[in-house]
Amino acid sequence: MTEPAPQDKTVTKDTSAEPDGGRKAPRVGVFVCDCGSNIAGVVDCGKVREAAEKLGDVVVAKENKYTCSDVGQAEIIKAIKEHGIERVVVAACSPRLHEPTFRNCIQQAGLNPYLLHMVNIREQCSWVHGHEKAKATKKALELVKMGVSKAARLEPLEAREVPVEPSSLVVGGGVAGIQAALDLANMGFKVYMVEKEPSIGGKMAMLDKTFPTGDCAICILAPKMVELSRHPNITLLSYSEVEEVKGYIGNFEVKVRKKARYVHEELCVGCGVCADACPVKVDNEFDLGFGQRKAIYVPFPQAVPLRYTIDKEHCIHFKSGKCLLCAKACANNAIDHKMKDEIVNLKVGTIIVATGYETYVPLRKGVYKYWECDNVITGLELERLLNASGPTGGHLVRPSDGKRPEKIAFIQCVGSRNKKIDRNYCSRVCCMYAIKNAQIIMEHEPNTEISVYYNDIRAFGKGFEELYHRVREEYAVEFIRGRPAKLKEDPTTKRITIRAEETLLNMITEREFDLVVLSTGLIPSEGSKSIGKTLGLTTTPDGFFAEAHPKLRPVETALDGVYVAGCAQGPKDIPDSVAQAKAAASSAAAPMFAKKVTIEPLTASVDEDLCVGCGLCVELCPYGAPELVTVEKGGTKARIIEALCHGCGTCAASCPQKAITCKQFTDEQIYSEIFAALGAEDKKGEGRKKAEAGVS
Amino acid sequence: MEAATHESGRESAYEPKIVAFCCNWCSYAGADLAGTTRLQYPPNVRIIRVMCSGRVDPAFVLKAFALGADGVIVAGCHPADCHYISGNEKTAIRGDFLNSFLEEAGIESCRFKVEWIAGSEGRKFADTVKKMVSELEKLGPIGQEAPPDE
Ligand SMILES: Cc1cc2nc3c(=O)[nH]c(=O)nc-3n(C[C@H](O)[C@H](O)[C@H](O)COP(=O)(O)OP(=O)(O)OC[C@H]3O[C@@H](n4cnc5c(N)ncnc54)[C@H](O)[C@@H]3O)c2cc1C
Repeated sequence: MTEPAPQDKTVTKDTSAEPDGGRKAPRVGVFVCDCGSNIAGVVDCGKVREAAEKLGDVVVAKENKYTCSDVGQAEIIKAIKEHGIERVVVAACSPRLHEPTFRNCIQQAGLNPYLLHMVNIREQCSWVHGHEKAKATKKALELVKMGVSKAARLEPLEAREVPVEPSSLVVGGGVAGIQAALDLANMGFKVYMVEKEPSIGGKMAMLDKTFPTGDCAICILAPKMVELSRHPNITLLSYSEVEEVKGYIGNFEVKVRKKARYVHEELCVGCGVCADACPVKVDNEFDLGFGQRKAIYVPFPQAVPLRYTIDKEHCIHFKSGKCLLCAKACANNAIDHKMKDEIVNLKVGTIIVATGYETYVPLRKGVYKYWECDNVITGLELERLLNASGPTGGHLVRPSDGKRPEKIAFIQCVGSRNKKIDRNYCSRVCCMYAIKNAQIIMEHEPNTEISVYYNDIRAFGKGFEELYHRVREEYAVEFIRGRPAKLKEDPTTKRITIRAEETLLNMITEREFDLVVLSTGLIPSEGSKSIGKTLGLTTTPDGFFAEAHPKLRPVETALDGVYVAGCAQGPKDIPDSVAQAKAAASSAAAPMFAKKVTIEPLTASVDEDLCVGCGLCVELCPYGAPELVTVEKGGTKARIIEALCHGCGTCAASCPQKAITCKQFTDEQIYSEIFAALGAEDKKGEGRKKAEAGVS
Repeated sequence: MEAATHESGRESAYEPKIVAFCCNWCSYAGADLAGTTRLQYPPNVRIIRVMCSGRVDPAFVLKAFALGADGVIVAGCHPADCHYISGNEKTAIRGDFLNSFLEEAGIESCRFKVEWIAGSEGRKFADTVKKMVSELEKLGPIGQEAPPDE
């Protein structure tokens, strides 16, 4: 510090009162972070610190290599104690990252945690103006000025402590959801599992064997599915969807629609006599069109719950009012065509979203001729054709004629790593599932010839590279580097010729195959989109759910109390899905074990003297937080029900009387930022040093 | 260095000032993503974080113009994606109101934008700023004869 005077508390007292508005000039400390070279490599942090020190209200400004480190935080605590700092400005990364860190820090020094303001000079300055160092420095300086001006107007707030309902909602019953539900239930929490399909199991239930170890998918999954359905702490709501979620961490109110399956779950024993009697045959979605089912069905033999469901769209009774053969066949009178959807209301403390993925659907008129040629199939379809309980009993056949394919090609990266269709990401499982399926085919039929067209083979997991080498060396599967340019079907033999540039040979080749398997990538599921909307979750550019921090908070979302697991968060294999599910379960358990959480006190409040009771706020609030009440003095006034207020501030922006204050984002605070941003003088809130100058 | 000449080349030119109100959940996160992915845009913008774009009182926008802003952006979540259910619907309505008001005050329409920017749209945030800066550079400061009223 060049000027020692502002450190002197007696001086502060002299100048505490503002000329107008009576605002007490608080003592502000500014802490500028270099973030190693992340900020300091672009922004001249020393200069920013110096300029900050000269601002009104600022009594101390420090620069640190890493303000978030122990040393950096200790510096803040020391400054608060030594200089009597009352408001803290940290100019560093985004508040979305480290606001909680620094709130904790200043609280340790005895300050109210809401007296912190973070100035974002990394994500919104150094990182985006890397080539314009001088201008970035100038901008950082101005941002700090805005921050100081807002910080000086911050008011202490008391965080609200709310009880946490010791129960959890798990949305999606794939392997991730199943694992998360079991873990939470085993910790003693009540779990509601909502699955939109008639059975849990997700995509894993459709797979044949699983890489890298070759375990049969359903053999390792089915015991978990059964355990879930029998667990005393778990309520399984299958064939159900979440319609509405209200509330906040610890206290979510969930409305679930249990779709009518036209079979009473408590009466059905899963014997299948009804399906035998049913005269309607349709394609079974579970077999991706290769097998058939009845209009009353279970999607696969190991379904959980093992309860039949009537597919209303195809059931004769719903068309003609006749038939009822299934109902006549059922000895338990479980079938009820008059059944209605049911609404179930749940109260839960936490929510885990595990709504999985779908596979990319090749383009209608695309290069790979998926829609035109019978013998071009997807990887997931191949899984069904290889599966012992699948439509062909595990015998791989050509869809066109049911014959055994002798030459098979896999085409990798279909719908992945392709900028043209805006799917830039790697789906992480396609290399390995193609390799796995090549091995399975070679084990069944050693005389098959298999070629894999690839761009790069990504065999990054435990045991993956080993499997890749085995398949190359032991089974002589051929790997061809190059993206096929053209596929052509022979109209009589239905064989497919692939024309490709083989980049390792530097040659264009044409090869003919009996069957072509497209290794289609993973895309966000429709179910994810709908629950994402209901909950208001954000996504990353690939469309999968965004985690709260890509490295450090991998299963939390931006929404407190809502966690994400499995492929809903991004493409991943089963071991990673399970690991993430376990992480989500333990993250969700933390507040439930603690039984209470503190939630942000960023609510609105009404100044009764200004309020004229017009009721506009009542009309605008989507949460029903403001209500009109009759006050003692007579007349009606608005009042905010704190527990319902989410702090969006819409009411404050609309109030014609300016009677509503939105805490932490008050009119005065926002105006002060606007003034500072535009280099204007805010008459109402002149700084300490100005006042000092006036006094002395 | 290429960057240096670029920098000095712009030094003397008119530097428009933009105030952007960004909602915490979508557009502020989008602006953060622009940073994390190192997308570059001109440093003319000053972001004011609000929890919801619905918090932005039209008076804030008018005040910004009155104090010398050359452009103002109000950015929120995409329609139907609002973290607070429907805050952005109110933003849209206020945006329409502001547009017609500013038009009457003689302020060119490209000086005020309501944009929907998702947390995943770092690129859109950067492009929005770039576009406004280049338009404002062509336009120059707001005309003296028609100053905005508060
Ligand atoms: C062809 C292929 C082969 C593969 N082979 C392997 C392998 O060998 N080894 C391996 O480790 N991995 C493999 N994988 C990857 C594996 O399938 C995934 O890692 C795993 O299935 C992810 O599980 P999940 O629970 O996240 O998602 P999913 O299995 O997709 O489960 C999601 C569940 O949520 C339900 N749901 C969705 N939306 C909603 C909603 N709104 N409300 C209620 N319920 C909803 C769905 O119906 C589904 O039951 C393969 C993938 C493919 C495509």
